[in-house]
Amino acid sequence: MSLLDDFMIRAVLAGLGLALAAAPLGCFVVWRRMAYFGDATAHAAILGVALALGFSVSIFSGALVVALIMALTVSTLSGRGFAMDTILGVLAHSALAFGLVGASFLSGVRIDLMAYLFGDILAVMPSDLVVIWGGAALVVGLITWRWSALLTATLNPDLARAEGIDPDREQLVLTLALAITVAVAIKVVGALLITAMLIIPAAAARPFSRSPVSMAGLALVMAAVSVIGGVQASYQLDSPTGPTIVCVAATLFLLSLSTSRLGRHH
Amino acid sequence: MSLFEFSNVTLRIGDTTILTHVSMRMEPGEIVTIVGPNGSGKSTLLRLLIGSLAPTGGRISKAPKLRIGYVPQRLAIDPTLPMTAANLLGLRRKVSTAEISQALEEAGVGGLERRQVSDLSGGQLQRVMLARALLGAPELLVLDEATQGLDQPGTAAFYRQIEDVRRSRGCGVLMVSHDLHVVMSTSDRVICLNGHICCEGEPSHVASAPEYRALFGEGTRGALALYTHHHNHRHDCGASEAAE
Repeated sequence: MSLLDDFMIRAVLAGLGLALAAAPLGCFVVWRRMAYFGDATAHAAILGVALALGFSVSIFSGALVVALIMALTVSTLSGRGFAMDTILGVLAHSALAFGLVGASFLSGVRIDLMAYLFGDILAVMPSDLVVIWGGAALVVGLITWRWSALLTATLNPDLARAEGIDPDREQLVLTLALAITVAVAIKVVGALLITAMLIIPAAAARPFSRSPVSMAGLALVMAAVSVIGGVQASYQLDSPTGPTIVCVAATLFLLSLSTSRLGRHH
Repeated sequence: MSLFEFSNVTLRIGDTTILTHVSMRMEPGEIVTIVGPNGSGKSTLLRLLIGSLAPTGGRISKAPKLRIGYVPQRLAIDPTLPMTAANLLGLRRKVSTAEISQALEEAGVGGLERRQVSDLSGGQLQRVMLARALLGAPELLVLDEATQGLDQPGTAAFYRQIEDVRRSRGCGVLMVSHDLHVVMSTSDRVICLNGHICCEGEPSHVASAPEYRALFGEGTRGALALYTHHHNHRHDCGASEAAE
């Protein structure tokens, strides 16, 4: 019984670590309309996982490096002839495909890439928890440190410039935070569901928020409830845990939407 | 000491030359308006000044530690971003609520602290942005077509506010407009721009200059007609859109 409690608790702790990073970062992803950007970074991380397995380095560093390269490439390529969504579409799916093909060539290693597409939060080890919480602390630290500058650059790049803020540098800070979050989260919810954990809690928090800080705080609450509720529900229903967490988040979003709609009619 | 000086500034982006050999300077406390048709490089000139763009030729020098208060053309705030007017003013640095109220008051929108930015009318938003610029105690206010989307009475009221601010604070004001006649009474000096400086001087001088007339042609008459029109036809510009 204590063993069961143990992996359940580790799963919840891993999910809460992810929620801590994803909630405030997700708000910026929503405000800056970078949802697809998050998607592309997450897909690229699969290539990072394959490379990490091939070169026998840690999954975390492989995913981090490729996610970072991907994010920087996208930042550099944007505004050079192709529309942003086209660039992202090309890069994201190419990276994912190369990652899957690359992994198939790895002989002798039996790897379950599915685990990195959908995550395996129940297999989280205590050492993973250190990585997840370390990464989350880094992301929260970055965003707290740059909070005003990030918001000003989000409002209007020229306004930021006039006030001595370099909007390109702030974009880089977000890019870095995104890469760290993806690398941390790939084991927990997997590449395909990372964007969901970024976007859905933030979107669910929006109708009840009056300021940027309150939206980030409420998104954190929504994400934490999704994690705890999702782990519980998946245990009861014997359903895959990562997707169940996202299902709970989606339900919260629907509730939030309908509650705020009702409120508006009064 | 001048607030800033452009010496022979040229800007090319790709194969397109946007500004050629622009030389100008501004003295403290001056109100200078740049007029010119669409695509004449007016906003680009402001972006060079605030450092968003770097000139490909020439030199831009600014007074040491020049404090610039910038009011963008139109702040397009994403509907997913919740933000009160007080949030917007408090972003720049730590300011007290008293300072925020005072700045809003000075910009003519006192008491809007708790209103959502997305619920403000165009005129209110521009004044809130003006209040935000004032919080930084600017030596130079830079306004990029700040009255775009406002009707004539709203525009006139906004420019009166700018004059009041200049009078009380003594800061220089650099603004961009495509309609000389609206800003004529406010400006000390007008620069007519169309990729290069066509002519400059006092508003009445520029209005009668052949270069200006060549650039704006019949448009001048249209603007004058519109200007007269507003005296016998008042629109309600301050109406709140926050009816929920």
